[in-house]
Amino acid sequence: MPDSKKTFQLDDREVPFREGQTIFDAAMAAGIFIPHLCHNPDFEPHSSCRLCTVIVNGRPFASCTQPAVAGQMVQSNTPELRDMRRMLTQMLFVEGNHNCPGCIKSGHCRLQATAYELGIPDNHYQQFFPLREVDASHPGIILDRDRCILCGLCVRISRSVDKKNVFAMTGRGIDTTIVVDSPSGLLVDSTVSVDDQAVLNCPVGALMLKRMAFDVPFGDRTYDQALYSEDSVARFQATEANRHG
Amino acid sequence: MSPFLETAANPRSLRRVVIEPVTRVEGHGKVTLLLDDEGRVRQARLHIVEFRGFEKFIQGRPYWEVPVLVQRLCGICPVSHHLAAGKAVDMLVGARRLTPTAEKLRRLLHAGQIVQSHALHFFHLASPDLLFGFDSERDRRNIVGVIGAEPELARKGVLLRKYGQEVIRHITGKRVHGKAVVPGGMNKELTQSARDEMRRGIGEIIGWSREAVAIGRRLFESSEQSAQFAVFPSNYMGLVAPNGESDLYDGVLRAKDAAGKIIFDQVDYTKYNRFLREEVKPWTYMKFPFIVSLGEEEGWYRVGPLARLNVADRLGTPLAEAERQAFRAAAGGGMQHATLAYHWARLIEMLHAAERIERLLDDPDILGADLVTSGERAFEGVGVVEAPRGTLFHHYKVDENDLVVRANLIVSTTHNNQAMNESVRSVAARYLDGKELTEGLLNHIEVAIRAYDPCLSCATHALGRMPLQVELVDAGGSVISRMVKGSDGRVTDGEG
Repeated sequence: MPDSKKTFQLDDREVPFREGQTIFDAAMAAGIFIPHLCHNPDFEPHSSCRLCTVIVNGRPFASCTQPAVAGQMVQSNTPELRDMRRMLTQMLFVEGNHNCPGCIKSGHCRLQATAYELGIPDNHYQQFFPLREVDASHPGIILDRDRCILCGLCVRISRSVDKKNVFAMTGRGIDTTIVVDSPSGLLVDSTVSVDDQAVLNCPVGALMLKRMAFDVPFGDRTYDQALYSEDSVARFQATEANRHG
Repeated sequence: MSPFLETAANPRSLRRVVIEPVTRVEGHGKVTLLLDDEGRVRQARLHIVEFRGFEKFIQGRPYWEVPVLVQRLCGICPVSHHLAAGKAVDMLVGARRLTPTAEKLRRLLHAGQIVQSHALHFFHLASPDLLFGFDSERDRRNIVGVIGAEPELARKGVLLRKYGQEVIRHITGKRVHGKAVVPGGMNKELTQSARDEMRRGIGEIIGWSREAVAIGRRLFESSEQSAQFAVFPSNYMGLVAPNGESDLYDGVLRAKDAAGKIIFDQVDYTKYNRFLREEVKPWTYMKFPFIVSLGEEEGWYRVGPLARLNVADRLGTPLAEAERQAFRAAAGGGMQHATLAYHWARLIEMLHAAERIERLLDDPDILGADLVTSGERAFEGVGVVEAPRGTLFHHYKVDENDLVVRANLIVSTTHNNQAMNESVRSVAARYLDGKELTEGLLNHIEVAIRAYDPCLSCATHALGRMPLQVELVDAGGSVISRMVKGSDGRVTDGEG
């Protein structure tokens, strides 16, 4: 349980925290949603998407990795930060080839759900239309690089949870892409399997099991049932309760 | 079959009239009329110049995405694309026969689509022309005008469409671009409450559909134009059940010639390319399909409501079948060739679909829970349905990694391509005097195109103000006259 004596101020609220807890985790435990894409409560944070950036005592930090300190003045829900998050999300859309209407992940996708909650009606920026390869060589898994947002979750999970190191990032800047550790560079020749946590926890439609085609009808999809913010807060709170009672 | 079309001895000496409708949704279409020295229309070309590219950009996508991807082809008949692609994908997963519940849910969905699309076409798009006359005041010739003049008719038209959309929503989750069809079946059971809600309304829908058929028949039979407006013999093709009864969801292909003689019958639609080929012409992105045995010149045909009523032996529901018999009787028991009869046929089909909905809702299978089946994997699939506008083909090949490597779609507007050219030529030959471009002529050409309900005109007529650009160009390429109808409905000379 958080030490009720230790708090920091998040926008207009006093938020209690536990020693060692991040600003992000303390905020979510208190029911305050901070938008994020690369963070998943079941795995270590990475601070790569920067969507969870907050202003701490006047300076920007990724809240998912920034430890909470008593007395901090933290700003999250400000017009400037909302604009920044919207801009980051729009850039992710134009840097890839995201076609929500035809995507199996639609309704379950955190990028799409984030865009809805941030009030993004269109991509705003000019589309890059990058040429990226789809790897459908594996009988049960498809890697669609068009939809990858480079959050690095699959890389981290494959390394630390699945203990396989199937995925890695290569290239720099806009040319960064996911590569597969196999002699041919294809999934079929790698050690990946359909029950790998790296495959099952992709927040977007980049890594998916094959043939899971729109089998969940409208109304029953993850973000039909609850807003991303509600669902996410509940997930983080449940994880916190499991770990720390 | 069309001696004046594409057969001018020396097309270069012909003068050219270009009618250029710029649509708001589907893109860009225009009509070119080529005149001879005497001002007679010798050629008509309906250009479809927008390029959709769906066949190309679904290449490389996994096959299970396809039924959802392709329905974005259209905002009015997405269900038809969803179903045709779904049937093709069923073949890929070896689902030769769906579960009874899945097949009946798809048939119900399709019938809902027929009701909403036919109601939209007749009441919202075509009825202003038919009720008020082709030359009537343009500000009145739209659905708002119909609401003012015939409020009860307009109300029923809107509610008929709404009912069809509600059927779609109950099954796919959304009224437009829902998701229901998955490889080998459907993704959701129909709830008892949804079934009951649809069942409560269907009696009224059938009643209104009967009234609509009566109106369609009266408008056709009372109009002097019906017997003269774009009436020409043609071949016809459609999907029928193996016993010859109309079947809009599944069956075999049948084609008849202008005299009603069978050209082919009992054709397995997966082997369609043995019987149909497509010709490419340099001036349009739309291909020209033809019946192989008749050749490129004579093998063109019509599809859609008129064709379906001409090729089927009967409709499988009593009220619609009685109307079909009256329809055929009006043509002396033979083939009906009048282009304006498309509207009457469309309303008979709406009644037929409404009766089908009632029958399906009373079938206990419709509430079943067994939704998906599969079998031996295949690498090629063909799906065909009768979409509201006509026969719709989806044909895919996939590789061993499940990705689409080849796709061929033949949509109803493409089947009707040559027929629309012939209709425009026929109408222009009658109403153009060679030198004077009149708004009345543009209206008549619009009416001819709209009878086929092609995608390029349906969106533009929603407010009765289809933007048109007309140019009269001599054989040397000089513009000698210009006429522009703007999106505000005003007609000008196009200058300033």
